[in-house]
Amino acid sequence: MGMIIQGATGDWEVVIGLEVHAQVTTKSKLFSGASAEYGADPNSQVSFVDAAMPGMLPVINEMAVEQAVRTGLGLNAKINKFSVFDRKNYFYADLPQGYQISQFLQPIVGEGKIIIDLKDGETREIGITRLHLEQDAGKSLHDQHPSQTFVDLNRSGVPLMEIVSEPDMRSPEEAAAYVKKLRSIVRYLGTCDGNMEEGSMRADVNVSVRKPGDAYGTRCEMKNINSVRFMQQAIIYEANRQVDILEAGGTVDQETRLYDPDKGETRSMRSKEEAHDYRYFPDPDLLPLEFDDAFIKRISETLPELPDDKKARFISELGLSAYDAGVLVTEKEVADYFEAVAEGRDAKLAANWVIGELFGNLNRTGKDLSESPVGANALGELIDLIKDGTISNRIAKEVFEEMFDTGKAAGDIVEEKGLKQVSDTGAIEAAIDAVIAANPDKVAEYRDGKDKLFGFFMGQVMKATQGKANPGVVTQILKPKLDQ
Amino acid sequence: MSDLTKLTIAAARDGLAKGDFSSRELTAAHITAMTASKPLNAYITETPEQAVDAATASDARRAKGEAGKLEGIPLAIKDLFCTKGVLTTAASHILDGFTPHYESTVTANLWGAGAVMLGKVNLDEFAMGSSNETSYYGNVVNPWRRDGDDTALVPGGSSGGSASAVASFSAMGATGTDTGGSIRQPASFTGIVGMKPTYGRCSRWGVVAFASSLDQPGPMARTVRDTAIMLESMAGFDAKDSTSVNMPVPNFEDALTGDIKGLRIGIPKEYRIDGLSDEIDALWQKGIDWLKDAGAEIVDISLPHTKYALPAYYIIAPAEASSNLARYDGVRFGLRVEGKDLNDMYASTRAEGFGDEVKRRLLIGTYALSAGYYDAYYLKAQKVRARIAEDFKQAYLSVDAILTPTAPSAAFGFGEKGDDPLEMYLNDVFTVPASLAGLPGISVPAGLSKESLPLGLQLLGKPFDEETVFRVAGVLEEAAGFTAKPTDWWRG
Repeated sequence: MGMIIQGATGDWEVVIGLEVHAQVTTKSKLFSGASAEYGADPNSQVSFVDAAMPGMLPVINEMAVEQAVRTGLGLNAKINKFSVFDRKNYFYADLPQGYQISQFLQPIVGEGKIIIDLKDGETREIGITRLHLEQDAGKSLHDQHPSQTFVDLNRSGVPLMEIVSEPDMRSPEEAAAYVKKLRSIVRYLGTCDGNMEEGSMRADVNVSVRKPGDAYGTRCEMKNINSVRFMQQAIIYEANRQVDILEAGGTVDQETRLYDPDKGETRSMRSKEEAHDYRYFPDPDLLPLEFDDAFIKRISETLPELPDDKKARFISELGLSAYDAGVLVTEKEVADYFEAVAEGRDAKLAANWVIGELFGNLNRTGKDLSESPVGANALGELIDLIKDGTISNRIAKEVFEEMFDTGKAAGDIVEEKGLKQVSDTGAIEAAIDAVIAANPDKVAEYRDGKDKLFGFFMGQVMKATQGKANPGVVTQILKPKLDQ
Repeated sequence: MSDLTKLTIAAARDGLAKGDFSSRELTAAHITAMTASKPLNAYITETPEQAVDAATASDARRAKGEAGKLEGIPLAIKDLFCTKGVLTTAASHILDGFTPHYESTVTANLWGAGAVMLGKVNLDEFAMGSSNETSYYGNVVNPWRRDGDDTALVPGGSSGGSASAVASFSAMGATGTDTGGSIRQPASFTGIVGMKPTYGRCSRWGVVAFASSLDQPGPMARTVRDTAIMLESMAGFDAKDSTSVNMPVPNFEDALTGDIKGLRIGIPKEYRIDGLSDEIDALWQKGIDWLKDAGAEIVDISLPHTKYALPAYYIIAPAEASSNLARYDGVRFGLRVEGKDLNDMYASTRAEGFGDEVKRRLLIGTYALSAGYYDAYYLKAQKVRARIAEDFKQAYLSVDAILTPTAPSAAFGFGEKGDDPLEMYLNDVFTVPASLAGLPGISVPAGLSKESLPLGLQLLGKPFDEETVFRVAGVLEEAAGFTAKPTDWWRG
């Protein structure tokens, strides 16, 4: 459902479009051989090209081109075999060339689409307008010196994909679902690590409001938002701000605004009149980017199964619920882990264990799946022990905690602690007899019709057997004895 | 020993090979000549000590039998080429103190072939000019003077220092760069040979950019053969320049067969512009006759869009320059003039760092790319450029090379072109069309004006067919028999 703002003059619909900047996973920069890795000492990964020294020339990084094509294929988008790099001219201290090499009129990837997953299992299709390659700028550090600004050029020239959506989203939740889905897809593809804290993914958010059925309203753009939560807050604030202006009889100015997460508000950065004239023109240092169908085919053959297909398969072939399937496919690592657990086993049981106990314990300890002390094989062995009746579900949860804390194998823990389920009817019958003998009054109450007391007797028997008695066998023997 | 500076590169190469003299001796003679040429202001930075060291190393290589194609030959380098550890200025105040940590591909190729650098030579600021009057380091003076007239004359531009150094025998050859005629026109003004190769033949890596889609390094020397020898060492594919073309480099000297029988030479009617002086027209006709006498077939051709070349060039080149020169912002290298904030620092640095002609072109270029003007200027100019290239393509269906004058006049005096930049821009009228089309061209000294100043004829060729250009140029040079030399008045 779209977000509706109820105003004095009626309902307002929110219209959102996103421009996501995703750092392309490559070893080196878009036009130089310098490392593109994050977190190095300032200015330690800067080639003469990145510093725009006189006479230096850009040379396209073929890996970045492949990654852009791979991403385009993952977004079901049109791949443009002919595209052009343009210069976007403006002055800033962390932009050494005085221009950013980008793609303007002829991007490498054209129209595509993303299916977003909403809360109630509903899905929506969001249009992708284009994807283009461009260089990142350096970084100005204003907090290193009382009166001077320092510049770190490590990011200068790092390859980015700008992925532009259609104005198809109608609520902050949809925008969030879009970013999450996009992040999931690029991570599956291995074309961007999706790390928003490190700035590997950031979004420019365009927001406008309109009366349902009207033409699009005037939009404002909020730049460089690097968290999904802030993005949602910014949309809500901005949409309400625009509605307030319109309802007061004013007009929204097309402008670039900054979202301040501390104050929870947006404020004007520059108006349309102050907007830069970027003087785009084709970069004469670079030839147009051209490749053939074989190049695209070679990349498409390396494409992994993407989350939508995987989800559909989990539902149709493994019988998972849409919800469970959706949770499991978001991260490729999780999906791979789950599939390894489920291999040759009860998939629903495997899903329950991954989503329930595994995620619970990871959350509890603040660990990533990659740091999990319990590997997929180990969890599979535990499930095997449940299935063959060696341990009960309840004991299995204890065993899992132990596995998670110590890294030991399930079988070893069961062995060491003597947790093997008891199905020996003689031993169980003895325990039952002892419980009945010790509780004559409860037996009498049960026989007078207080059926609920059956649970009490079950509990007592399980307690007497340290939980190891097979509950099915206990029921079989206990019931007739009480009903006598 | 006779004056070693009067040798051609080919002769010096042979003399060195025979052991008649060493590179140290050859280099020392040129260092003396370079020092004596100071009144010409051809050099911005002289590197005599490094030259002697390089010559010594060259002699040692030769002794070991490892002589390269330009082993021991002393050359001047246009100060637009970045040279590792040697001040590189582009003749601009804004590059004050800039000493690159890298060597341009073309100069690295030359050193790899054994050549010796004498120093960095003057030019128009950022190669923007046709008279070498825009250098922050002062005007370069042409070694030639009018008969009985001591008026100092311009050497042409932008490679004016290169031309002056070679014409005054203070270097055996020099690198130039040609964007709209910057090798050919000064060659014509100083009575030497200047070759602009096909765009993509020589790497632009490490050459300070003026207009990226037009800039092309090339050789300047006193004979066609010498430029052919130099180009072979300068040229070659460079993976660091995306516009460099991966084609084998032929032995250009082998192209000088002296035989042009059956070659078809085009004479474009559109180059007979209004007001073309009689003496230039007459020289052109002589050139036609020489080639005809040598057995070439003369074909009248039409290059119908020629008249639009100059205006298109003066949109495209400044547009690219306005972007290329944005990096000179005072932040990382060169001149910085402090300001009250970042924008003020930019404005102050660029106001002080750039000269008037550079500013004029940056303003023109910025305007031409601006929103609302882009289609009318830049895009239109690019369409014109495509038409001009198509004109040549059509012409080359029926001819193998094209003969034209190099420049509409002989060298002129400083300030004679007045304050009107358009008048100055007209100097490039015959050289600019081939630049826009990326074609190879050479200027060969072919005669003297009535004031005894050198005049050049230009030969243009098909893309990557420098060999035919050299072949015809060799015949033209032979027929013209240009032997005049400037008096060495500058030695005082």
